[in-house]
Amino acid sequence: MIEWLLQPWPWYVSGPLIGLTVPILLILTGKNLGISSSLRHIGAACNPRTRLPYLSKDYSWREHIWSIIFVVGVIIGGFIGNYLLSADPVNFLPSGFVSVTGVFLLFGGGILIGFGTRYADGCTSGHTIMGISALNWPSLVATIFFFVGGLISTWFILPLFGF
Amino acid sequence: MRKHIFTLLMGIYFGIVLVKTQVVSWQNINDMFYFRSAYMYLVIASAIAVGAVSVFIIRRLNAHTVEGEAIEIQMKPFHKGNVIGGTIFGMGWAITGACPGPIYAQIGAGTLLAIITFLGAITGMYFYAFLQPRLPHDSFAWLNARTGSAGSPP
Repeated sequence: MIEWLLQPWPWYVSGPLIGLTVPILLILTGKNLGISSSLRHIGAACNPRTRLPYLSKDYSWREHIWSIIFVVGVIIGGFIGNYLLSADPVNFLPSGFVSVTGVFLLFGGGILIGFGTRYADGCTSGHTIMGISALNWPSLVATIFFFVGGLISTWFILPLFGF
Repeated sequence: MRKHIFTLLMGIYFGIVLVKTQVVSWQNINDMFYFRSAYMYLVIASAIAVGAVSVFIIRRLNAHTVEGEAIEIQMKPFHKGNVIGGTIFGMGWAITGACPGPIYAQIGAGTLLAIITFLGAITGMYFYAFLQPRLPHDSFAWLNARTGSAGSPP
Protein backbone atom coordinates (compact mmCIF):
# COMPACT_ATOMS: atom_id res chain seq x y z
CA MET A 1 0.00 0.00 0.00
CA ILE A 2 2.70 2.47 1.07
CA GLU A 3 4.91 1.50 -1.83
CA TRP A 4 2.04 1.92 -4.22
CA LEU A 5 1.28 5.34 -2.73
CA LEU A 6 4.84 6.48 -3.34
CA GLN A 7 4.77 5.73 -7.08
CA PRO A 8 3.16 8.09 -9.62
CA TRP A 9 -0.56 7.33 -9.53
CA PRO A 10 -2.26 5.80 -12.59
CA TRP A 11 -4.80 7.92 -14.48
CA TYR A 12 -7.83 5.98 -13.26
CA VAL A 13 -6.92 6.93 -9.69
CA SER A 14 -5.71 10.46 -10.13
CA GLY A 15 -8.21 11.64 -12.75
CA PRO A 16 -11.22 10.79 -10.54
CA LEU A 17 -9.43 12.29 -7.49
CA ILE A 18 -9.02 15.55 -9.41
CA GLY A 19 -12.70 15.38 -10.39
CA LEU A 20 -13.72 14.83 -6.76
CA THR A 21 -12.25 18.23 -5.87
CA VAL A 22 -15.31 19.78 -7.53
CA PRO A 23 -18.04 18.33 -5.24
CA ILE A 24 -15.95 18.29 -2.04
CA LEU A 25 -15.03 21.96 -2.46
CA LEU A 26 -18.66 22.84 -3.21
CA ILE A 27 -20.00 20.98 -0.19
CA LEU A 28 -17.35 22.13 2.29
CA THR A 29 -17.03 25.75 1.19
CA GLY A 30 -19.63 26.46 -1.51
CA LYS A 31 -16.84 27.57 -3.88
CA ASN A 32 -16.57 26.67 -7.57
CA LEU A 33 -13.15 25.19 -8.35
CA GLY A 34 -10.88 27.70 -10.09
CA ILE A 35 -7.26 28.69 -9.74
CA SER A 36 -6.41 31.45 -12.17
CA SER A 37 -8.63 33.97 -10.33
CA SER A 38 -5.98 33.82 -7.58
CA LEU A 39 -3.74 35.89 -9.88
CA ARG A 40 -6.31 38.68 -9.89
CA HIS A 41 -6.77 38.54 -6.14
CA ILE A 42 -3.04 38.57 -5.48
CA GLY A 43 -2.87 41.64 -7.74
CA ALA A 44 -5.71 43.32 -5.89
CA ALA A 45 -4.25 42.44 -2.49
CA CYS A 46 -0.87 43.93 -3.44
CA ASN A 47 -2.42 47.14 -4.80
CA PRO A 48 -5.22 48.22 -2.48
CA ARG A 49 -5.14 51.77 -3.91
CA THR A 50 -5.16 50.88 -7.58
CA ARG A 51 -7.61 52.61 -9.90
CA LEU A 52 -7.64 49.81 -12.44
CA PRO A 53 -11.27 48.75 -12.57
CA TYR A 54 -10.33 45.08 -12.89
CA LEU A 55 -8.56 45.17 -9.52
CA SER A 56 -10.83 47.55 -7.66
CA LYS A 57 -14.38 47.60 -9.00
CA ASP A 58 -16.87 45.84 -6.72
CA TYR A 59 -13.92 44.28 -5.03
CA SER A 60 -14.85 42.23 -2.01
CA TRP A 61 -11.91 41.03 0.02
CA ARG A 62 -14.08 38.71 2.14
CA GLU A 63 -15.45 36.97 -0.90
CA HIS A 64 -12.13 36.40 -2.65
CA ILE A 65 -9.65 35.65 0.12
CA TRP A 66 -10.51 31.95 -0.24
CA SER A 67 -8.76 31.82 -3.60
CA ILE A 68 -5.44 32.90 -2.06
CA ILE A 69 -5.87 30.45 0.87
CA PHE A 70 -6.58 27.70 -1.65
CA VAL A 71 -3.40 28.28 -3.66
CA VAL A 72 -1.31 28.41 -0.47
CA GLY A 73 -2.77 24.95 0.14
CA VAL A 74 -1.76 23.86 -3.37
CA ILE A 75 1.85 24.94 -2.68
CA ILE A 76 1.87 22.96 0.59
CA GLY A 77 0.24 20.00 -1.18
CA GLY A 78 2.90 20.14 -3.90
CA PHE A 79 5.58 19.90 -1.23
CA ILE A 80 3.86 16.99 0.56
CA GLY A 81 3.21 15.15 -2.70
CA ASN A 82 6.76 15.37 -3.97
CA TYR A 83 8.81 15.04 -0.77
CA LEU A 84 6.70 13.09 1.73
CA LEU A 85 4.58 10.94 -0.59
CA SER A 86 7.18 10.15 -3.21
CA ALA A 87 9.95 7.59 -3.43
CA ASP A 88 12.06 9.85 -5.66
CA PRO A 89 11.26 13.56 -5.71
CA VAL A 90 10.82 14.67 -9.33
CA ASN A 91 11.89 17.87 -11.05
CA PHE A 92 8.97 18.82 -13.27
CA LEU A 93 10.85 20.98 -15.77
CA PRO A 94 13.49 19.53 -18.13
CA SER A 95 17.05 20.61 -17.38
CA GLY A 96 17.09 22.62 -20.62
CA PHE A 97 15.13 25.34 -18.82
CA VAL A 98 18.13 26.15 -16.62
CA SER A 99 19.43 28.62 -19.22
CA VAL A 100 18.85 32.16 -20.40
CA THR A 101 16.54 30.88 -23.14
CA GLY A 102 14.70 28.72 -20.62
CA VAL A 103 14.08 31.58 -18.21
CA PHE A 104 12.96 33.77 -21.10
CA LEU A 105 10.51 31.07 -22.21
CA LEU A 106 9.14 30.55 -18.70
CA PHE A 107 8.64 34.27 -18.09
CA GLY A 108 7.14 34.86 -21.54
CA GLY A 109 4.95 31.76 -21.24
CA GLY A 110 3.89 32.95 -17.79
CA ILE A 111 2.77 36.28 -19.26
CA LEU A 112 0.66 34.40 -21.81
CA ILE A 113 -0.85 32.31 -18.98
CA GLY A 114 -1.68 35.31 -16.80
CA PHE A 115 -3.09 37.39 -19.63
CA GLY A 116 -4.87 34.52 -21.37
CA THR A 117 -6.55 32.97 -18.33
CA ARG A 118 -7.85 36.30 -17.12
CA TYR A 119 -9.15 37.24 -20.57
CA ALA A 120 -10.73 33.79 -20.99
CA ASP A 121 -12.09 34.10 -17.41
CA GLY A 122 -10.76 30.69 -16.39
CA CYS A 123 -8.11 28.05 -16.86
CA THR A 124 -7.93 24.28 -17.04
CA SER A 125 -9.43 24.11 -13.54
CA GLY A 126 -12.19 26.67 -13.82
CA HIS A 127 -13.20 25.96 -17.42
CA THR A 128 -12.01 22.46 -18.32
CA ILE A 129 -12.78 20.66 -15.05
CA MET A 130 -15.41 22.81 -13.29
CA GLY A 131 -17.06 24.46 -16.30
CA ILE A 132 -17.45 21.37 -18.46
CA SER A 133 -18.62 19.38 -15.41
CA ALA A 134 -21.38 21.96 -14.99
CA LEU A 135 -22.20 21.53 -18.72
CA ASN A 136 -21.40 25.19 -19.28
CA TRP A 137 -20.80 25.24 -23.04
CA PRO A 138 -18.61 28.40 -23.13
CA SER A 139 -16.15 26.45 -20.97
CA LEU A 140 -15.97 23.77 -23.65
CA VAL A 141 -15.28 26.46 -26.25
CA ALA A 142 -12.52 27.89 -24.04
CA THR A 143 -11.03 24.42 -23.55
CA ILE A 144 -10.95 23.77 -27.29
CA PHE A 145 -9.01 26.99 -27.76
CA PHE A 146 -6.65 26.11 -24.88
CA PHE A 147 -5.73 23.11 -27.02
CA VAL A 148 -5.45 25.16 -30.18
CA GLY A 149 -2.96 27.45 -28.42
CA GLY A 150 -1.11 24.47 -26.96
CA LEU A 151 -0.74 22.85 -30.36
CA ILE A 152 0.57 26.10 -31.88
CA SER A 153 3.26 26.44 -29.22
CA THR A 154 4.25 22.78 -29.15
CA TRP A 155 4.52 22.31 -32.90
CA PHE A 156 5.72 25.71 -34.06
CA ILE A 157 7.16 27.82 -31.22
CA LEU A 158 8.99 25.46 -28.86
CA PRO A 159 11.02 23.86 -31.71
CA LEU A 160 12.39 27.30 -32.58
CA PHE A 161 14.05 27.32 -29.15
CA GLY A 162 15.29 23.76 -29.35
CA PHE A 163 12.60 22.18 -27.15
CA MET B 1 -12.80 30.42 10.09
CA ARG B 2 -13.89 26.81 9.63
CA LYS B 3 -14.48 27.57 5.98
CA HIS B 4 -10.93 28.89 5.57
CA ILE B 5 -9.53 25.71 7.12
CA PHE B 6 -11.59 23.57 4.74
CA THR B 7 -10.34 25.71 1.84
CA LEU B 8 -6.72 25.24 2.90
CA LEU B 9 -7.18 21.47 3.30
CA MET B 10 -8.79 21.23 -0.14
CA GLY B 11 -5.90 23.19 -1.62
CA ILE B 12 -3.46 20.74 -0.02
CA TYR B 13 -5.49 17.82 -1.38
CA PHE B 14 -5.53 19.35 -4.87
CA GLY B 15 -1.78 20.04 -4.76
CA ILE B 16 -0.96 16.47 -3.70
CA VAL B 17 -3.15 15.00 -6.44
CA LEU B 18 -1.69 17.32 -9.11
CA VAL B 19 1.84 16.27 -8.17
CA LYS B 20 1.11 12.56 -7.81
CA THR B 21 -0.69 12.56 -11.15
CA GLN B 22 2.30 14.28 -12.71
CA VAL B 23 -0.01 16.57 -14.67
CA VAL B 24 2.40 19.23 -13.45
CA SER B 25 5.20 17.72 -15.53
CA TRP B 26 6.34 19.67 -18.59
CA GLN B 27 7.14 16.41 -20.37
CA ASN B 28 3.60 15.09 -19.90
CA ILE B 29 2.11 18.29 -21.34
CA ASN B 30 4.52 18.10 -24.27
CA ASP B 31 3.63 14.44 -24.93
CA MET B 32 -0.06 15.34 -24.81
CA PHE B 33 0.28 18.02 -27.49
CA TYR B 34 2.40 15.73 -29.67
CA PHE B 35 -0.23 12.99 -29.21
CA ARG B 36 2.53 10.68 -27.98
CA SER B 37 0.64 9.49 -24.94
CA ALA B 38 -3.01 9.11 -23.98
CA TYR B 39 -2.22 9.65 -20.30
CA MET B 40 -3.21 13.32 -19.97
CA TYR B 41 -6.35 12.83 -22.05
CA LEU B 42 -7.42 9.96 -19.78
CA VAL B 43 -6.74 12.01 -16.63
CA ILE B 44 -8.69 15.01 -17.94
CA ALA B 45 -11.58 12.89 -19.27
CA SER B 46 -11.96 10.88 -16.06
CA ALA B 47 -11.74 14.06 -13.94
CA ILE B 48 -14.52 15.66 -16.00
CA ALA B 49 -16.62 12.47 -15.83
CA VAL B 50 -16.46 12.37 -12.03
CA GLY B 51 -16.98 16.14 -11.82
CA ALA B 52 -19.99 16.04 -14.14
CA VAL B 53 -21.71 13.20 -12.26
CA SER B 54 -21.07 15.03 -8.97
CA VAL B 55 -22.47 18.32 -10.23
CA PHE B 56 -25.49 16.48 -11.64
CA ILE B 57 -26.17 14.87 -8.25
CA ILE B 58 -25.63 18.14 -6.36
CA ARG B 59 -28.11 19.88 -8.65
CA ARG B 60 -30.61 17.03 -8.49
CA LEU B 61 -30.54 16.87 -4.70
CA ASN B 62 -30.42 20.64 -4.43
CA ALA B 63 -27.56 19.99 -1.99
CA HIS B 64 -26.35 22.52 0.56
CA THR B 65 -22.91 23.19 2.00
CA VAL B 66 -21.97 21.75 5.40
CA GLU B 67 -22.89 25.14 6.82
CA GLY B 68 -26.35 24.93 5.29
CA GLU B 69 -25.89 27.51 2.52
CA ALA B 70 -27.36 26.89 -0.92
CA ILE B 71 -24.74 25.76 -3.46
CA GLU B 72 -24.50 28.06 -6.44
CA ILE B 73 -22.86 26.66 -9.56
CA GLN B 74 -21.48 29.46 -11.75
CA MET B 75 -22.38 29.44 -15.41
CA LYS B 76 -19.79 31.71 -16.99
CA PRO B 77 -21.05 33.48 -20.12
CA PHE B 78 -19.54 33.09 -23.56
CA HIS B 79 -17.54 36.08 -24.75
CA LYS B 80 -14.73 36.72 -27.23
CA GLY B 81 -12.13 36.28 -24.49
CA ASN B 82 -12.94 32.55 -24.32
CA VAL B 83 -11.53 32.24 -27.83
CA ILE B 84 -8.74 34.86 -27.90
CA GLY B 85 -7.68 34.57 -24.26
CA GLY B 86 -8.13 30.80 -24.38
CA THR B 87 -5.71 30.48 -27.30
CA ILE B 88 -3.17 32.78 -25.65
CA PHE B 89 -3.36 30.81 -22.39
CA GLY B 90 -2.98 27.51 -24.27
CA MET B 91 0.22 28.82 -25.85
CA GLY B 92 1.65 29.66 -22.44
CA TRP B 93 0.50 26.33 -21.01
CA ALA B 94 2.44 24.35 -23.63
CA ILE B 95 5.56 26.51 -23.34
CA THR B 96 5.86 26.39 -19.55
CA GLY B 97 4.27 22.98 -18.98
CA ALA B 98 2.02 24.52 -16.36
CA CYS B 99 -1.45 25.92 -16.06
CA PRO B 100 -2.15 28.08 -13.00
CA GLY B 101 -2.74 25.20 -10.53
CA PRO B 102 0.46 23.38 -11.50
CA ILE B 103 2.50 26.61 -11.25
CA TYR B 104 1.79 26.66 -7.51
CA ALA B 105 2.16 22.88 -7.20
CA GLN B 106 5.53 22.98 -9.01
CA ILE B 107 6.81 25.70 -6.68
CA GLY B 108 5.76 23.65 -3.63
CA ALA B 109 7.32 20.55 -5.15
CA GLY B 110 10.68 22.27 -5.32
CA THR B 111 10.75 23.01 -9.06
CA LEU B 112 11.77 26.53 -8.14
CA LEU B 113 12.14 27.73 -11.74
CA ALA B 114 8.34 27.82 -11.72
CA ILE B 115 8.67 31.00 -9.64
CA ILE B 116 9.70 32.64 -12.96
CA THR B 117 6.51 31.29 -14.54
CA PHE B 118 4.53 32.68 -11.61
CA LEU B 119 6.12 36.14 -11.93
CA GLY B 120 5.30 36.06 -15.65
CA ALA B 121 1.71 35.10 -14.87
CA ILE B 122 1.33 38.02 -12.43
CA THR B 123 2.80 40.34 -15.10
CA GLY B 124 0.35 38.95 -17.67
CA MET B 125 -2.54 39.50 -15.25
CA TYR B 126 -1.47 43.17 -14.93
CA PHE B 127 -1.34 43.49 -18.74
CA TYR B 128 -4.91 42.24 -18.79
CA ALA B 129 -5.96 44.60 -15.99
CA PHE B 130 -4.50 47.57 -17.91
CA LEU B 131 -5.89 46.58 -21.29
CA GLN B 132 -9.24 45.22 -20.11
CA PRO B 133 -11.32 48.32 -20.93
CA ARG B 134 -10.00 48.23 -24.52
CA LEU B 135 -10.25 44.50 -25.22
CA PRO B 136 -13.31 43.08 -26.95
CA HIS B 137 -15.60 41.27 -24.54
CA ASP B 138 -18.64 40.89 -26.80
CA SER B 139 -20.77 38.36 -25.03
CA PHE B 140 -23.55 37.63 -27.52
CA ALA B 141 -26.35 38.01 -24.96
CA TRP B 142 -28.93 36.33 -27.18
CA LEU B 143 -26.78 33.21 -27.36
CA ASN B 144 -26.09 33.08 -23.64
CA ALA B 145 -29.73 33.73 -22.82
CA ARG B 146 -30.78 30.74 -24.91
CA THR B 147 -28.33 28.39 -23.28
CA GLY B 148 -28.52 29.33 -19.62
CA SER B 149 -25.03 30.81 -19.28
CA ALA B 150 -25.36 33.84 -17.10
CA GLY B 151 -23.45 36.70 -15.60
CA SER B 152 -21.24 39.22 -17.30
CA PRO B 153 -17.78 38.75 -18.77
CA PRO B 154 -14.81 39.96 -16.70
